[in-house]
Amino acid sequence: MSQRQVLQVFEQYQKARTQFVQMVAELATRPQNIETLQNAGVMSLLRPLLLDVVPTIQQTAALALGRLANYNDDLAEAVVKGDILPQLVYSLAEQNRFYKKAAAFVLRAVGKHSPQLAQAIVDCGALDTLVICLEDFDPGVKEAAAWALGYIARHNAELSQAVVDAGAVPLLVLCIQEPEIALKRIAASALSDISKHSPELAQTVVDAGAIAHLAQMILNPDSKLKRQVLSVLSQIAKHSVDLAEMVVEAEIFPVVLTCLKDKDEYVKKNASTLIREIAKHTPELSQLIVNAGGVAAVIDCIGSCKGNIRLPGIMMLGYVAAHSENLAMAVIISKGVPQLSVCLSEEPEDHIKAAAAWALGQIGRHTPEHARAVAVTNTLPVLLSLYMSTESSEDLQVKSKKAIKSILQKCTYLPALEPFLYDAPPNILKHVVGQFSKVLPHDSKARRLFVTSGGLKKVQEIKAEPGSLLQEYINSINNCYPEEIVRYYSPGYSDTLLQRVDSYQPLTH
Amino acid sequence: MKMNLYNAMAVRIQRRWRGYRIRKYCFNYFYLKEYLKAVSETNDAIREALEEFAEMKEREEKKADLEREEKKRDYQARKTHYLLSTKQIPGIYNSPFRKDPDPWELRLQKAKPLTYQRSKVKQKRCISLSSWLACTSARSFPRSEILPPIDRKQCQGPFRDITEVLEQRYKPLEPTLWVAEPISELKVAREEFRRQEWMRDVNDNMFLPFSSYHKNKKYTPLMHSSSKYGPNSYGSQHFRDENPKKWICDKDFQTVLPSFDLFSKYGKLYSKAGQII
Repeated sequence: MSQRQVLQVFEQYQKARTQFVQMVAELATRPQNIETLQNAGVMSLLRPLLLDVVPTIQQTAALALGRLANYNDDLAEAVVKGDILPQLVYSLAEQNRFYKKAAAFVLRAVGKHSPQLAQAIVDCGALDTLVICLEDFDPGVKEAAAWALGYIARHNAELSQAVVDAGAVPLLVLCIQEPEIALKRIAASALSDISKHSPELAQTVVDAGAIAHLAQMILNPDSKLKRQVLSVLSQIAKHSVDLAEMVVEAEIFPVVLTCLKDKDEYVKKNASTLIREIAKHTPELSQLIVNAGGVAAVIDCIGSCKGNIRLPGIMMLGYVAAHSENLAMAVIISKGVPQLSVCLSEEPEDHIKAAAAWALGQIGRHTPEHARAVAVTNTLPVLLSLYMSTESSEDLQVKSKKAIKSILQKCTYLPALEPFLYDAPPNILKHVVGQFSKVLPHDSKARRLFVTSGGLKKVQEIKAEPGSLLQEYINSINNCYPEEIVRYYSPGYSDTLLQRVDSYQPLTH
Repeated sequence: MKMNLYNAMAVRIQRRWRGYRIRKYCFNYFYLKEYLKAVSETNDAIREALEEFAEMKEREEKKADLEREEKKRDYQARKTHYLLSTKQIPGIYNSPFRKDPDPWELRLQKAKPLTYQRSKVKQKRCISLSSWLACTSARSFPRSEILPPIDRKQCQGPFRDITEVLEQRYKPLEPTLWVAEPISELKVAREEFRRQEWMRDVNDNMFLPFSSYHKNKKYTPLMHSSSKYGPNSYGSQHFRDENPKKWICDKDFQTVLPSFDLFSKYGKLYSKAGQII
């Protein structure tokens, strides 16, 4: 055979390989094909193509593998078991940028499913090569490497520590400063995944000087970038007071408050998470937030969104109010209580209702002024109904009970307490009657109102064990009134009167 | 005996002092009221500022949307320019049964027709000498609006002849051979000619002979060159095998040599000793 014919055989084979690998890569983009591909044994066919002579075939094979591993963890495990990873890591160091991107994609797709798979990636030495890829001049390669590192570090603290030990953090901080927006986003998300596990890891990120750059990027108009930046800052600030103070020192207030007005829901959520993480540590930090007008901004933000987006804002109000009564009063005058009661009544989810109940409890528990401010908005009946309803979850019931108890123990606003006499269960009734017994001896107008509204009658109908606390309260209420009134309202008084009528002998002339 | 009196008085003093201390340092009611007022004022200010900010953002977005819409409509009008009504036939947007033409009709009238091949090459026209000269002489040698008087009396003193001075002063630029006759002049002239022909062309497509009418199969390029991962540039972009270690210096061969200006200075030197002028 002539030379040309021999070469033609090779050319045909190469064409066939290229076509196969491109078709597999395209089919792997659609989830319905992947089962069929898996059953046809695509993994064992793709593996030798990774070592092919032609670079195009290698790259396309890596891309196809990545897409397959991305789909579910069985395939990712098959990639690990097939000893593909060491080959990928070895070629990652040498090949051109397209191959690097494809290989980093495979590592990311394998590492995202579970900690064991991510550990397998770390064990085959991929971290060092990925960190070298972070220094590449092509932004696409950097992005792929940063993404893979982020997904590995996401699972737990040991993997995060391994990523940090490979020296990724300073390079990620450099990546954040690059002009490409996609690279900034991915680098920020990777830093967020690293710093969320423990204070030491967050401290490492802070030591690399990330906070200053992140604080500048809050002003960037891209909303996905803002999401990630706010997420990193909140993960850093959540661990300790020092870290939260460092975040505050980067002068994020009042710029962060503009993020609360952003169109994107998740930007609002992450911004309120950041403010919550800062507010929860000490009263001084909460004071700082209140002085900057943060409470009003958060309340407006709660009013403008629905569902899970509201949750961090509600918790933030609870944390601020919990520190001291002055801060709780600041929350009250910023019109926080009507907003929280709206959340309590309209939200369908139990955990958000529980958070709102907890926050209201924190606001109302300090002094009678605070309790009055909460009671005036008619939230106490709502809380009671949530506590009594059988559909509420246990957490919601516990939190609403605590809130009712803590508010009632300080509440002297009688019109709000009256409905409680009628529908409250005995353990709450005790507190209600106790409050009445504290207020009534000193206020004559309240005594008159109590009689005319039928409260005294209801109190008489309460059956209490003699000698219990409830009986003592009832006695002290009864002592405020003349005996005839008490006897008039006691149950069965009409029967005794009728008996007297029966036994009365009229005087006959 | 007096101790009772002293104790009673001490109690009074201490009572007053404790009250004062609590009201001033531990819980200053008026300071708290001031603080809450300041907080509510700050809240109002922040709320206003945030509202303004949100409004501004909305306005900007609306403006950007409007601009995008406008651009899209303009592009559509440019693409469908042929739907404009002519003198004979009213177009579809200009129905004869309507009083006013449709607003699209007006838009079509205003739009510039979209050419199919948008030649993106902005050719750098080499500025021809005459125009450049004229522009430089107009700027760097400003002439007054009124001409100098015809019979100007010679100024007394060792001055040169006025005409000679003016001649020297307004001497035109004498470009060298290299500038006056550029080495790629032929290529430039060819391009110019081609441009003029293209302007006069009615149809840009090459006229094919009828024998090639059935040859309409599209050329399928190699998978090598059409894959998005890129071919190896050796063999297509550079063919030589380079060995930088064997290079003597780091300059490449010159393909175009500069001219030397022996002949451009011919007859233009100041010295009159040669008397060639």
